[in-house]
Amino acid sequence: MHQVWTWVFEPGLFASAPVRVAAVTGGVVAIVSAVTGVFTVMRGQSFGGHALGDVSAAGGSGALLAGLNPLVGFVGLGIAGAGVMDMIGVRRVRGRDLATGVVLGAAIGLSALFLYLEASSGATTGAPAQILFGSIFTVTSSTIPTVIALSAVALAAIAVAWRPLLLTTVSTDIAAARGTRVRLTGLLFMLALAVSVGLSSLAVGAILSTALLIGPAATALRLTRTVAWAVVAACLIGVGSTWLGILLAYDSYYWGASHQGLPVSFFIVAVIFAGYLLSGLLAARPAARRRPPVAPPAAAPASERVAA
Amino acid sequence: MSAQTAKASTTEVLTVEEVSVSLSGRQILQDVSFAVGAGQFTGLIGPNGAGKTTLLRVILGLQRPSTGTVEVPRTRRGPAVGYVPQKVLLDSDLPMRAKDLVALGIDGNRFGMPLPSKRRSEAVREMLHAVDAELFADARVGNLSGGEQQRVLIAHALISRPQLLLLDEPLANLDLRSGQEIVSLLARLATEQHVAVLLSAHEVNPLLPVMDRVVYLAGGRAASGTTEQVIQADVLTKLYGHHVDVLHVHGRILVVAGAEPGPGADLTAGHAVEVG
Repeated sequence: MHQVWTWVFEPGLFASAPVRVAAVTGGVVAIVSAVTGVFTVMRGQSFGGHALGDVSAAGGSGALLAGLNPLVGFVGLGIAGAGVMDMIGVRRVRGRDLATGVVLGAAIGLSALFLYLEASSGATTGAPAQILFGSIFTVTSSTIPTVIALSAVALAAIAVAWRPLLLTTVSTDIAAARGTRVRLTGLLFMLALAVSVGLSSLAVGAILSTALLIGPAATALRLTRTVAWAVVAACLIGVGSTWLGILLAYDSYYWGASHQGLPVSFFIVAVIFAGYLLSGLLAARPAARRRPPVAPPAAAPASERVAA
Repeated sequence: MSAQTAKASTTEVLTVEEVSVSLSGRQILQDVSFAVGAGQFTGLIGPNGAGKTTLLRVILGLQRPSTGTVEVPRTRRGPAVGYVPQKVLLDSDLPMRAKDLVALGIDGNRFGMPLPSKRRSEAVREMLHAVDAELFADARVGNLSGGEQQRVLIAHALISRPQLLLLDEPLANLDLRSGQEIVSLLARLATEQHVAVLLSAHEVNPLLPVMDRVVYLAGGRAASGTTEQVIQADVLTKLYGHHVDVLHVHGRILVVAGAEPGPGADLTAGHAVEVG
């Protein structure tokens, strides 16, 4: 029994300060990403979320070059990018793709410039890997209060916009005809999205932030019938995947003879992806039971269509 | 110009006066005037591209008219107008049950999160009962058939107790029978819920049994009144700008282009091929 325990939780796991900081930061970030992610998936703005990840990458590498905490750049430029995307037409479906693509391209260009300058100045090594693919074990405990404060901002924005977000997801025309403040609702959502992508850039890297944003949400939406339960499930999946990823990354140090730990971001993303695949199997099977008793025969259960 | 609005004995819940709309240089609506009385069932009839959707958007305040005015009933919380748009894409992935969508009709436009309340769920249940949609209250809206989604959207629009309900081509994507069910449901709701119904359609026949009045749109201009007043050869000929015949066949109305069927032929108000 003890052997199994030490095999799962390799020695020093709970004593390690970087692991504890990573568990707290990763957990908080996973919750924010999951909540925002559910609305991102429902609104069909996954591509926008990904583009904001690239904007965050530019911000993070710029901040590193300027000698600032990357988190400042991740979130700062992310919010600016969200503002630009909103301005150049993120509210129209057709304009949205274009705006997103243009902003994404510009952001990657900026990242290339900043990371080149950073590398040639020779101040730090491994900056590209840290910005793009993250390294949650390098987060210091002094960052935790900032992470929590930013998380509170993002969650508050979603909570305030909750009902109008759902109504505009159903139909912007109905929402506008009811006198909903559609523009303000969209802006609040973009703020939450920018902050949560910035935070997950810190946890799993700017490029992989999409995985933490979309993965748990997409999995949860397969398994639940209401928005509230989808949010709860996405949080559990996000936090679980993050912690399991951290555990696996820590353990990986002991796997080979060479004692080289593998990147934590890889494990987190791998667990999320495995969960998504698994949910496809889970959702396909009990569909008949989850269907309401008198549902019309013509209607195919959602899960079947998703799995198809 | 509009046919004289006959006996306006009831109070009016909608007044459209001299409304014109041009979009990017094209005249969509020209001097459209009509009124809808409380609890009346009005059909907004016209061929595709006649400006029906634009007119509904003007009434909803989603589109500003170039000239003219629109008056709709208001409460402190905004216009007391319910709306069922033509295209609402309810994806089967959307984690929303029929009753969740109806509940959004109560206060979905307000900020903040909804708190679970007995009164809300009771109101939702009653509304779903009123539109005969209780049976699929717990089904995902994306999994319902077109007619069922239509009922849920009507419940969503009516739960805030509007005085006027606008529906944009609700019959367009329904089979004949579902369409008839929706029409008779709307006629019943107009009486039960004391709501005036303004429904756009390109076919007049499904509405004949229930319609109190008709607003006929063609070429951006409108004629309004009772069916007998409006759907007449001389009125429609003026509206279309070319000769039009109105035929009555077994209680159904066919609007057909006159003597020389040319490029102006319009059969949209009644399909001669349809067997009723």
